[in-house]
Parts: sequence; structure tokens; C-alpha cells
Amino acid sequence: MSWYDKILPSGVRRESAARRTTVPEGLWKKCVKCEAVLYRPDLERNGEVCPKCDHHMRIGARKRLNYFLDEDPREEIFSDVVPVDRLKFKDVKRYKDRLTAAQKSTGEKDALIAMRGELNGLPIVAVAFEFNFHGGSMGYAVGEKFTRAAQLALENGWPLVCFSASGGARMQEALISLMQMAKTSAVLERLKQGRVPYISVMTDPIYGGVSASLALLGDINIAEPDARAGFAGPNIIEQTIRQKLPKGFQRSEFLLEHGAIDMIVHRNEMRPTLYRLLSKLSGKAPDNQPPTSGDSQPESVEEFGLDTNVDEQSQ
Amino acid sequence: MNPNFLDFEQPIADLEVKIEELQLVGSDNDINIGAEITTLRDKSAKLTEKIYSNLTAWDIVKVARHPRRPYTLDYIPRIFTDFDELHGDRHFADDHAIVGGIAMLGEHPVMVIGQEKGRSVQDKVARNFGMPKPEGYRKALRLMKLAERFKLPVITLIDTPGAYPGIDSEERGISEAIAQNLAVMSRLRTPIICVVIGEGSSGGALGIGVGDHLVMLQYSTYFVISPEGCANIIWKTSEKAPDAAEAMGVTSSILQDLGIVDATIPEPAGGAHRDLELMSERIRDHLLTQLLILKAMPEEDMLEQRYQRLMSYGN
Repeated sequence: MSWYDKILPSGVRRESAARRTTVPEGLWKKCVKCEAVLYRPDLERNGEVCPKCDHHMRIGARKRLNYFLDEDPREEIFSDVVPVDRLKFKDVKRYKDRLTAAQKSTGEKDALIAMRGELNGLPIVAVAFEFNFHGGSMGYAVGEKFTRAAQLALENGWPLVCFSASGGARMQEALISLMQMAKTSAVLERLKQGRVPYISVMTDPIYGGVSASLALLGDINIAEPDARAGFAGPNIIEQTIRQKLPKGFQRSEFLLEHGAIDMIVHRNEMRPTLYRLLSKLSGKAPDNQPPTSGDSQPESVEEFGLDTNVDEQSQ
Repeated sequence: MNPNFLDFEQPIADLEVKIEELQLVGSDNDINIGAEITTLRDKSAKLTEKIYSNLTAWDIVKVARHPRRPYTLDYIPRIFTDFDELHGDRHFADDHAIVGGIAMLGEHPVMVIGQEKGRSVQDKVARNFGMPKPEGYRKALRLMKLAERFKLPVITLIDTPGAYPGIDSEERGISEAIAQNLAVMSRLRTPIICVVIGEGSSGGALGIGVGDHLVMLQYSTYFVISPEGCANIIWKTSEKAPDAAEAMGVTSSILQDLGIVDATIPEPAGGAHRDLELMSERIRDHLLTQLLILKAMPEEDMLEQRYQRLMSYGN
């Protein structure tokens, strides 16, 4: 409480406190990189990329797909796939309760959202990881939904695009999670043999089991600028080799330099770039350039109250 | 404390000390020490059986990592004959953490690929303690493709603390190397049998672990993250590793219930290292039986069964 509030009569003080709470939460957001204070609607219009320093902020799965796909037609698929606690896993909390909490805070059933829709008129299946759900970790539900989406793409010859953001395999589903790596890799191999294009877009961060399976198996691998991606986390590597890691280690630029990815693509260039690539892979000329966002611009600010900067909580 | 015995085996170690002492006395004394030794041996065997019939998950983790646990190079000459080791990934190096070559299993020529931790200190260092780098997985992939062309069944022996978490590993694309193996193994046109002989740790183990039949030795372990790693993340201390091992279900009995592991090969009382010949014989018998089943199947059926099995993980 400020000195000014302290000297005010109590009735007035209450009133001012009440007035303060009516200011919408999250109207302003500080860029985690350059610390510029940004007006949210501006940030939204720029695909949640800082207009000052170009830092790509983490965005949720739904928002990601909204930016990426044409506004119409668009349909969520396989939303009936839900997580299963086969091991009745319990540490300091029960996994079941952790799941319920994550479902409540994100409004999602698990960490992957799948949609079928179009990219500038090109039919497509797109999936995106929700990093706020258990660090985007892959357990049964993520692996199963990814696999079904890939199978749908294969059956119809529609290209598959995956936006990954994940801490790795989900510990609480133990070996079932590990086996999702084998499962998703197997279905992607069928896509490959069926000559159905798969583009993997890595967004900050990608580690562990997701990195060592679906994220690096793209016909074309893409990363957003400055995204971190690797097999082992930097802490584990530092502990193992007992030395400091070089600057920029495991960042997109490092991945490009070492030949792991084909290109780094700015979020606002994602739609036109993927459209060009997929048109050509489908044997067509990329005739017209799509707008950078599939969505009409956001009108209200209320729905963007969620803070997306949550640290990864899984390996 | 005798380094040949684990902490929970201490009562057995005490008995063995007594037996040894009596044997020394026996050489210069003719009272009936022979009978006494036999009684003690009997007692020791019964005690071993009793202790081993009631192991916790953490105890089994320790047996799987026992310093005297047989490794790939202990088994190869006992299970197979005419082994010719093949080296190198043809791109960068020969990774000594993965051993591979062509051998005879009975009358069948096969490709054997296994992770090797190394026995002596020097050997351990040369083999990077069984932690493969990308070139190890790429060597394995090369040998598997070779096996496919010449219709050799592939037998993999899994025993690793994990893929190597280091700068060079990341630079050369450890994630991609593992992912590629998962994808190709899912459709390799030759039977693949995978045996977990010691420690199956995460993606590093799975990188040579996708096949038609997955079998574990009774006291081997298979996990998505080491119990220490899991405990560090969830409990913030590696001292909780025993709880993590319990919660994750790292042993063959649980993994068989989950439908991930197909079979368990029983170990001699006290673990595989107490009777290497017997253990090798049991593995050999199991491999021969499974190989005949797989060889009798039409190739397309075998591949479809492998794929459907991968798709079923977690259902």
C-alpha cells in the first residue's frame, strides 16, 4: 500500500482498491528477452512476437493452429483421446490429480491438439503441442492423437504439419511414454513410404523423447528463431561433461549450422513458407501468397489473459 | 563389504566368507569339514533364493547394474558361434559403445547388435560406459539395413545407462540418429528380436529396441528416465530414487502386465552373473524358439503384426 493510500479515509481507500481491480489483467506484457513493456493487442497482431526485439514468445496450441490454418474450414479432430493413468503413478501427488489440475488450468485434455483444415486452400492435417500442459510431455494421449492424425493424413494424402514444444516423454506414464516414440516414428515411416509430406516445426523448447522421435523425422525440419532443441537438457550435459556450454548451444541457429534442420522460419512467415513448400511437394505451383495469419485479428483482449511462460516440468 | 555383493545380499556374503574360511582350514585338517561346507553351501543357496524371491524394484535396478553383471561381449561367444565383428558408421567413426556383427545362432546366420559397457576401467572409458553417440546408432542402422538385404534376422542386446549427453552428441544429431532407427526398425524386412540384458535406459535403449519380440532378463530394468533422474525432477533429490523406481514400474513383471514386454527369461538365483553359462543357454533357447516362430510367418504378416503392436502401445 502506498503512502497516498494510507492517508486516505478508509471509505475512499476501499473505493480506489475496487476500481483498481477493474483494469483488465494482462493488458500489458513484458517481453522476457528485451523487457520492453508491450501492449497486448499489438503483440497479438504480431503473432506474439516482440515488435521490439523479434523474440518469439511461447504460444498455446490452439492459438498456434488458429494463426496457422485458414479460418474456414477448420475442425478439431480426435478430441476424444484422453490420458490414462495405467500405472496409478503417485509421487508427492497422484498423477491423476496432476492431470486434473493441468486440465483445469489449460482447458485441454492433454498436451496435443489436432485439427484438419486448409492452408491457403490446401487441405492439411495440423497438430500442435500445448506446452502449458505438463511441459508438453508425451504420454499415451499425445502419442495416440499424433498417430491417428498421421493416419488420417496418410489415408487422404493430406500433408501433415506438427508444431512441437515439449520437455520430452512423460515420466508419469513411464515406459508407455517411451513406446509412444516408437509408435509415432512408425506411423511417420508409413507416411514417408506413402509419399505424404510431413513438415516438423520445432518451437521453443523441444527435448528428450519428442526430439528423438517425431520432431526430427520431418521430410522438412523447420525451427522458429532462437528455439532450443536437443536430446539432453543443458543442465544434464553440463553435469556430465563438467564444463560450461558454448553460447547459442542447441538454439535454432546451432541446429541449422549442424545440419539438423532445413531452415529457420519467422512465425509471421510460417504460413507463406509452408504453403510454398507443400504446394511444390504436391506438384503444384504456389500461385497466390496467403496472408501471414489465418485468423481474423483478435477483437477482445480478455481471452488472452493466460501467461505462457511456464518452465518445463518434465524431462 | 564385499564388492561382489550388493547391500541386500550381505547375509549371503557373510555365509560365503565362512565357507571360504572353512575351505582354507580344510586343506590342513582332516576332520569332517566337507560335510559342514556342504551344509553351509545349501544354506547359502536357500538364503539367496529367499532374498531374491522378494526384491524391490530398486534392488532389481542394483542387480541390473551389478559390476559383475554379464555384458554383451560376455554373452556373444556363449550364445552365438562364428561371430565376426563389423565396424563403423561409414560417416564419422566407430562407436565402441555399440558392438555389432554377423554370427551363427545355431544353424541360422544372424546380425547381432548390442550395447557394451566395458569391463576393465580402460575398456569402460573406451566404450564410454555403454553410452552410444550418434555414430553408434548409425552403425547399428547400417548393420540392420545390411541384415535386411541379406535376409539375416536381427538380434539386439540392450544394456545402456542412456545415449551420451554431450556436446559432440548434440552436434552430430543424437536425436535424429535415434529417431531414424525407430522409424526404420518399424518396417525392416527381417525378423527383429530385442533382449534387455541389463539396463534399458530411455531413448538410448529404444534406439536399438524396436522389433517383433521384446524380452527381458528377470533382473534387468527398462525405464523412460533413470530412477535418479526421475527423483531429481519430482522430489528434487536423487535419494528418492527407490520410490521413483517403484512408481515407474521398471521391472519385467510390470512391463509384461502392461503388454510392452512379451516375455521374461528367468535368471539363476542371485542373478545372471552367478551362472553365466546357464543364463546364456536360456537366452539362446529363447532366441531359437522365437526365431523359428518369426521365420515361419509370411513376411507381410510379420511386418503388419509388428506395426499393429507398435500402434497398440498404451491402449
